[in-house]
Amino acid sequence: MKLETLFLFLIALSIISYYIAMRRAIMSVDSQQSISKLHSMPTYHGYYAVICSFVPPMIIIFLWLVFEQRVISTLLISNFSNIKVLSQGEINLFLTNVQNTLYSNLFSQDGTRFQSEIQQATIILKSYQSISRIILSVFAIAVSIIGIITVHRKINQNYRARNKFENAVSKLLMTSSLVAIFTTIGIVLSVLFESFRFFNEVSFWDFIFGTEWSPQTALRDDQVGSSGSFGILPLFVGTILITIIAMLVAGPIGLMTAIYLGQYASPRFRNIAKPLLEVLAGIPTVVYGFFAALTLAPFLRTWGESVGLNVASESALAAGMVMGIMIIPLISSLSDDAINAVPIAMSEGALGLGSTESEVIKKVVLPAALPGIVGGFLLAISRAIGETMIVVMAAGLSANLTVNPLEAVTTVTVQIVTLLVGDQEFDSAKTLAAFALGLVLFIVTLGLNVFGLYIVRKYREQYE
Amino acid sequence: MFLGYILLENTENNMSKKNLSLSTQQKVRKSLSSRYKKETLFQYFGLSSLSVGIIFLVIFFYSVLSQGFSAFTQTYISLKVDFSDNLVVKNNKIDSIDSNFDAIIRSALRERFPEVNNRRDRRELYKLISIGAVYQLIDHLDMSPGDVGSREILSFPTSSDVDMYVKGNIDRKLDESKRTISNNQMMWIDELVEKGEIKMKFNSALFSNGDSREPELAGIYSALKGSFLMLFITLIVSFPVGIAAAIYLEEFAPKNKISDLIEVNINNLAAVPSIVFGLLGLAVFINWFGIPRSSPLVGGLVLSLLTLPVIIISSRAAITAIPPSIKEAALGVGASHMQVVAHHILPLAFPGMLTGAIIGMSRALGESAPLLMIGMVAFIVDIPSVITDPSSALPVQIYLWADSPERAFAERTSAAIIILLGFLLTMNLLAIYLRKKFERKW
Repeated sequence: MKLETLFLFLIALSIISYYIAMRRAIMSVDSQQSISKLHSMPTYHGYYAVICSFVPPMIIIFLWLVFEQRVISTLLISNFSNIKVLSQGEINLFLTNVQNTLYSNLFSQDGTRFQSEIQQATIILKSYQSISRIILSVFAIAVSIIGIITVHRKINQNYRARNKFENAVSKLLMTSSLVAIFTTIGIVLSVLFESFRFFNEVSFWDFIFGTEWSPQTALRDDQVGSSGSFGILPLFVGTILITIIAMLVAGPIGLMTAIYLGQYASPRFRNIAKPLLEVLAGIPTVVYGFFAALTLAPFLRTWGESVGLNVASESALAAGMVMGIMIIPLISSLSDDAINAVPIAMSEGALGLGSTESEVIKKVVLPAALPGIVGGFLLAISRAIGETMIVVMAAGLSANLTVNPLEAVTTVTVQIVTLLVGDQEFDSAKTLAAFALGLVLFIVTLGLNVFGLYIVRKYREQYE
Repeated sequence: MFLGYILLENTENNMSKKNLSLSTQQKVRKSLSSRYKKETLFQYFGLSSLSVGIIFLVIFFYSVLSQGFSAFTQTYISLKVDFSDNLVVKNNKIDSIDSNFDAIIRSALRERFPEVNNRRDRRELYKLISIGAVYQLIDHLDMSPGDVGSREILSFPTSSDVDMYVKGNIDRKLDESKRTISNNQMMWIDELVEKGEIKMKFNSALFSNGDSREPELAGIYSALKGSFLMLFITLIVSFPVGIAAAIYLEEFAPKNKISDLIEVNINNLAAVPSIVFGLLGLAVFINWFGIPRSSPLVGGLVLSLLTLPVIIISSRAAITAIPPSIKEAALGVGASHMQVVAHHILPLAFPGMLTGAIIGMSRALGESAPLLMIGMVAFIVDIPSVITDPSSALPVQIYLWADSPERAFAERTSAAIIILLGFLLTMNLLAIYLRKKFERKW
């Protein structure tokens, strides 16, 4: 049975169970008139039956899908004595080939080893999958029916269906809120697990302090050279360089925009300018990347030529400037929050003593709002470090250890993308390096976010 | 205290610097003009900062629109084709394998330009017409099989180089070797234009085709459909879960360490770089669950995790906006807590939640970095029909086209951007409309 059909079937079952339970509840009292003798209204009996007949099979399906792949793969490999003895990486490659053949008939490369085994395995895999689905369907439907019968038996005049239903719903609500935690755990585990495997092959200190980044590893053992070096320093320098350029653009502009809109602009002007500025935040990053790569970068190049500078066609400057424009709205709105949190009595006091508006802002409001603004800047920096599409399209791939903004640099995110885009086996140091980079990126941005949010919140409370 | 300290410091400074011959008033008056000057300067500084953002917006929209609009039209050449030759009819149907459609178009071109008889020139001549013209011919004969044996005037899409030339994107003064179009071809096109045999038509291929190596055949339909399938999954996963989580956190969660942890967690998830979610999708959904790569299913799941924090945060804001008196009144007349939520809080907060969901969806529609991780950058020609088919997404298509060197692809990239921005604008306007319509002041 296909998964979709199974779902439809379960939904149908639960609808039936709703009506059965409702009828049973109504029948459990003597007549229609005495329906008020029921502890819970008939619909609640129905709702509870729906939960009992639908939720347990869904949990079973979910768990089944989580483990199905692993179990089937192990069973599949155990059929082939010559594959079983291979290394984990080669087994994975074999499985990928089998799956490609099964799903999309993509597989037709000649010269791959184990051609006949792959063909055989495809057939076995297919049969395993259908068997697995049949067992799952029978199991899920049986559980659903058992659920219906259990509830159905219990229903009587005093059955507390409403309380049970509400209890179950609040558990469901709680589970939903745990999804956020599971996501974080999932991120940490998936990145950490692959990173550990990476650090088994490459030393941690070489990774952190190495000054050379060229992740091309040899495809075959007998190939000469290119063992790959994974020094993250050039990526760090590139990331920091672009972030600094972005912050030099966005910091002053965003802050001054917030000040102007908050203190000087007339309400009418503000109502027009603020949404316009927010459009900047709504433009997809890939579009910014397109603009940086195809409009700004060529412009900077010709401008550089005219004043005698050699600007690379993929320069850190173009990427950084466009990224700066992108984060203007973020900085502007966070600074606006920080400025608004300053008690009005403070600025009015200063005005009353004869300061001009700009003096009030410079000498009273900004010093008082400084912690909040700094917190906002930290959040913006974290955003700039994690930004991907602009740098992928405009900053280039060459890992230069340079601080010259006119040259091409590469960043952590660019390298993650280049390492993982395209087909490759999942075990080489090259692919695993992407996860190690992901770990670094996650830790750095998480640190900045936690710290930034902490400052912003603490400061906001201070004036409340 | 801060203020007092600053003022104190200022007065001290004034006291120490005070010139004996000038009273405070005179001193203030003397410095007034320079202070006012600084004031105006500061104000102009603010205004110019604001204008930087707005000027960028203007330049950006101008460059995208001016580049992209021409992609909505495509150049067509009208040719008289002869359906009597080169066609093989079997069982009253045209056999598309044995029939030589290429030859039909070539002979039509030769007939139009009888003066071209040199082999090399002819090869150049054939290049005027897109290689997709063959499929158009097949479709035409499928639609009207009665045309076999007759002569018809049909218009065919030109190749992308001709299209660029007609649209004025190729400099005719350039040296021939530096142009993608030869002198002969230019001469023929000029002649066709003069006689009105070249026309601009609406570029329907852009909206009905999948990706292609030939710019004139490339379209965004498969990417658009992939994006919509993904958004559909994102919506059905993240909207219910997000609302449920928001209700739990606002209404039921006990004030303890775990609730605090969830709270901090959600705020931080909202700021995790999107590419990290892509890594999660690759490691968990593809390698562990075994969901096929580059399918809308895995893309949709990744995007739902990405939008979940946005939806939770905005839904919580919508719930807190409801005055507690409503809740207390319902509780007072004997409703259970769950009934209060189902009958009052959820209906009242729903418009706000929906607005948040639409904004979250529009963010998901523009997202591309995590999709690169899960293999959505593949070259997809076929239109995906179910959620496990390999597919592309609109922003990823933009990324792929932006990498192509052809001038015609740059034009199409801009067109795809216009379409993407159009969708985003519609979604955001819808959100604003809903917010305005259902906004309630208590």
